[in-house]
Amino acid sequence: MYDFEVARPSTIAEAASALSAEGAQVLGGGHTLIPTLKNRLARPSVLVSVSRIDEMRGVRVENEKCLCVGGAATHAEVASSAEESFPALAWLAGNIGDPAVRNRGTVGGSLANNDPSACYPAAALAVGATIETNNREIAADDFFRGMFETELKEGEIITKVRFPIPDAGNYQKFEQPASRFALVGVFLAQFGSEVRIGVTGASESGVFRWADAEAALSADFSTEAANGLPAAPGAMINDLHGSGEYRAHLMKVLTARAVAAAS
Amino acid sequence: MPKDYGIGASSKRREDVRFLTGSGRYTDDINVPGQAFVSFVRSEVAHGKLNSVETEEASAMPGVLRVFTGADFEGVGGLPCGWQITDRNGEPMKEPAHPILAQGKVRHVGDPIAAVVAESEAQARDAAEAVAVDVQELPAVLDMKSALEDEGLVHEDAGTNLCFDWGFVEDNKDAVDAALAGAHHVTTLELTNNRLVANAMEPRVAIGDYDAATDVSTLFTTSQNPHVIRLLMGAFVLSIPEHKLRVVAPDVGGGFGSKIYHYAEEAFCTFAARQLLCPVKWTATRSESFVTDAHGRDHVSKIELGLDEDGNFLAIRTATLANMGAYLSTFAPAVPTYLHGTLMAGNYKTPNIYVNVKAVFTNTVPVDAYRGAGRPEATFQLERVIDKAARELGIDPVELRRKNFIDKEQFPYATPVALQYDTGDYAATMDKLAEISDFEGFESRLEESKRNGKLRGLGVNCYIEACGIAPSNLVGQLGARAGLYESATVRVNATGSVTILTGTHSHGQGHETTFPQVLADMFGIGEDQINLVHGDTANTPMGMGTYGSRSIAVGGAALVRAAEKIIAKAKKIAAHLMEASADDIEFADGQFTVAGTDKSVAWGDVCLTAYVPHNYPLEELEPGLEETSFYDPANFTFPAGAYACEVEVEPETGKVDVVAFSAADDFGNVINPMIVDGQVHGGIAQGIGQALREHAVYDDGGQLVSGSYMEYAMPRADDIPDLAVDHSCQTPCTHNPLGVKGCGEAGAIGSPPTVVNAVVDALQRGGYDVDHIDMPLSPFRVWSAING
Repeated sequence: MYDFEVARPSTIAEAASALSAEGAQVLGGGHTLIPTLKNRLARPSVLVSVSRIDEMRGVRVENEKCLCVGGAATHAEVASSAEESFPALAWLAGNIGDPAVRNRGTVGGSLANNDPSACYPAAALAVGATIETNNREIAADDFFRGMFETELKEGEIITKVRFPIPDAGNYQKFEQPASRFALVGVFLAQFGSEVRIGVTGASESGVFRWADAEAALSADFSTEAANGLPAAPGAMINDLHGSGEYRAHLMKVLTARAVAAAS
Repeated sequence: MPKDYGIGASSKRREDVRFLTGSGRYTDDINVPGQAFVSFVRSEVAHGKLNSVETEEASAMPGVLRVFTGADFEGVGGLPCGWQITDRNGEPMKEPAHPILAQGKVRHVGDPIAAVVAESEAQARDAAEAVAVDVQELPAVLDMKSALEDEGLVHEDAGTNLCFDWGFVEDNKDAVDAALAGAHHVTTLELTNNRLVANAMEPRVAIGDYDAATDVSTLFTTSQNPHVIRLLMGAFVLSIPEHKLRVVAPDVGGGFGSKIYHYAEEAFCTFAARQLLCPVKWTATRSESFVTDAHGRDHVSKIELGLDEDGNFLAIRTATLANMGAYLSTFAPAVPTYLHGTLMAGNYKTPNIYVNVKAVFTNTVPVDAYRGAGRPEATFQLERVIDKAARELGIDPVELRRKNFIDKEQFPYATPVALQYDTGDYAATMDKLAEISDFEGFESRLEESKRNGKLRGLGVNCYIEACGIAPSNLVGQLGARAGLYESATVRVNATGSVTILTGTHSHGQGHETTFPQVLADMFGIGEDQINLVHGDTANTPMGMGTYGSRSIAVGGAALVRAAEKIIAKAKKIAAHLMEASADDIEFADGQFTVAGTDKSVAWGDVCLTAYVPHNYPLEELEPGLEETSFYDPANFTFPAGAYACEVEVEPETGKVDVVAFSAADDFGNVINPMIVDGQVHGGIAQGIGQALREHAVYDDGGQLVSGSYMEYAMPRADDIPDLAVDHSCQTPCTHNPLGVKGCGEAGAIGSPPTVVNAVVDALQRGGYDVDHIDMPLSPFRVWSAING
């Protein structure tokens, strides 16, 4: 990797200040960024690590309705802290990578990177999470902008994510054989009779809400309804691990499983 | 009661103390004072004309000692190939030059173009980015069938992309054609043996060092066979005589074949150290490993099996395209030929067999031996076509195999593809397999899977392998440019401890444990009194190294021969001490006795006498107790076995889970059952990896799409079920002194067809009309097959 400086601020304000430097970049768990640097595919001047910012750590339940996760909270923390309050999200977090990944990787890092096969974006979309930064709040529906693209501006840090806790929720992940990222992942959330579905891994446009499935399942929450869904619109990812057609098929299978599991 | 020491004991692996506590000494752990570092500039395109390499800017960068290009290697030999195949017309194979750094053309992504040597690794890498390479990209030659049309040539000098067209045995061809034409039934199968990356845990490393005062070059390298590297690099590349060249391979962290070969980086570091008068070190990144370590497999084959109305095999005809990649790696031509065609008889008494192999150059990483090397490719074709034939004829696959087994009374058995199997009992291993894998309980397990919405299948498979390639005079006639003996020196120390020095090496096999076990039995002393030295040409006898499951079968035999010489001499010393005739001396349990008397002297007293020869027949016998043997086997050894596997398939996604796996192997005598279990476990894990997950995939432009672990699917612990491994069926090898056969590759040979047979069985039981799926059987491929 190329030379760079490391800043380790202890407050969000210090981090924001450090990020104003030319070529500065946020460092969360580093599981995408560090391999990128090792391959010399990025050349930041300074990495601003957020792992020592206490106000960005922690996982807690607010008003029994919302799981508030610090932007620098690790997947392992979410997996253990949300087990009672939001088991679907805890399961999602507990099945990312391996223990080493889960003890370093952060929620904020995953959402900010918006890898088209990452798990958290599907959950954020499905429950209508609010992404808080050092400057503002962004609704999940407005946050994701296609593969690896988000609403975040330069120097903006995800400080906290508020996940509304659904009445019923379930995440189904079909693993890509090599990376064990989601070849397709479907997060289903039910608030009253309203069903919301976030899909990751499938679309060339990145994570998305599957409107047809939401409408059909809001009207009839059954595996039969899931199995009868029309093919999802838009171009699906086509690579050596699966064609677009296969991914579209997996979306239905996983949605039906999520319905069965959440029923 | 199992033995607790010596041959047959599951002695704990003594090397694991350092491997498991982080105190191993691998090549990258070696740092020579004053060393510089090299970073290679590699081709980013698969095929191109190299117009220019501009090094001026890089040369001026901080810390840079020198930038080398292909021009610096004019007059230096290229990398040699160690095996010459003669084709069907009696012509030698095409053997294009393989320069250390590219000259005129680049031929695969990863082909080295320039090398920057600098004081630090980072400086070398910085400067490597400043080397300006002008390449005029040419269309990549990738698909083997298209390559044979010769529209674009990987090597213009060769005039063709066909390296050789080999027929085996050519004299069988007409009889095979006639037998197939007259057969009651012919089953045909076209299949691909997927290209693999070896992925040793330890990446390759090379450190070249040169001592100008003594004119001695030293290469530290990650090698399975340091003497072979010394011979090839010294004699063919750099013209350094062996007494001026030392090759050291310390602890080696896995190889699977990929660390047999002589690589450009080894020659470069040795050459550059002489030029710059400072040590030069290279450590591969994992990304470099993917595009520079020799790949494995990559065959496309058609096999036809003719049967009579009773299911007896009449004839086999195969036609294979074997990918050589861009250059001939050290042993590449031997893999699809003498390690593949000779195995096509399998465990069966098929009377007529003909194998045709066309080896093809493409713009891909060179392909060479990978755990099993040719034998998995042969077994995969044969065992898949037998399974298909069984289904077509409505015969139980196990019964069809049993019907055609070579009977144990038929050994020694000469196959129509030039091998003479010395021993075997294939019915016994199949019986054992039926027992340990509970064939009878399958139906109830099938019902349980059905209740869970899963398909279940049972796959059965047999294999035979040929290990310890030999004898040297025969393999020389077949094109080998090296001998295939092995060596051992037994150095008995004055106080009775023993040091073994051997030309074999270990990259995970546990030789430091097993070799002493053999001598502990022979000398009647504790294993802890014996140690093993290997991996350094400066202090071990010339040997050919470790591959092809040869170390105990060939190296162990050399060890026994050397130890027999020790015992013969020690008896003379003991006879002198007891004033008896050497012919009357008996040796057992560490005691020399005069037959029929109570006179005895202990091992330690004899050893001490040999080195403190005060009371010694100096006029008749040299002092000291050290002997060397070179052992050249009379024949291959032939491990064989029967494997079974049960899979569950999720029809809606195509996901396959291996839920049970059993292996009944005949390795002849076994030195350390625990280590043999481990070898089989590892081989099966790799075989399951090949069957379900691993695949080196090139895109149309010749880029390696699966060039990282994000895309290249390695098997992981939770992909592997509990493995039931049994090696109690033992028909000892008849021609080596230990009666051993070798076990290193069996698992990787026997398991891929077992898994595929099981998946096809599951799909057919589930009502799907699928008779073959090419590996890897990823969920996507299985789902695609189910859905037509």
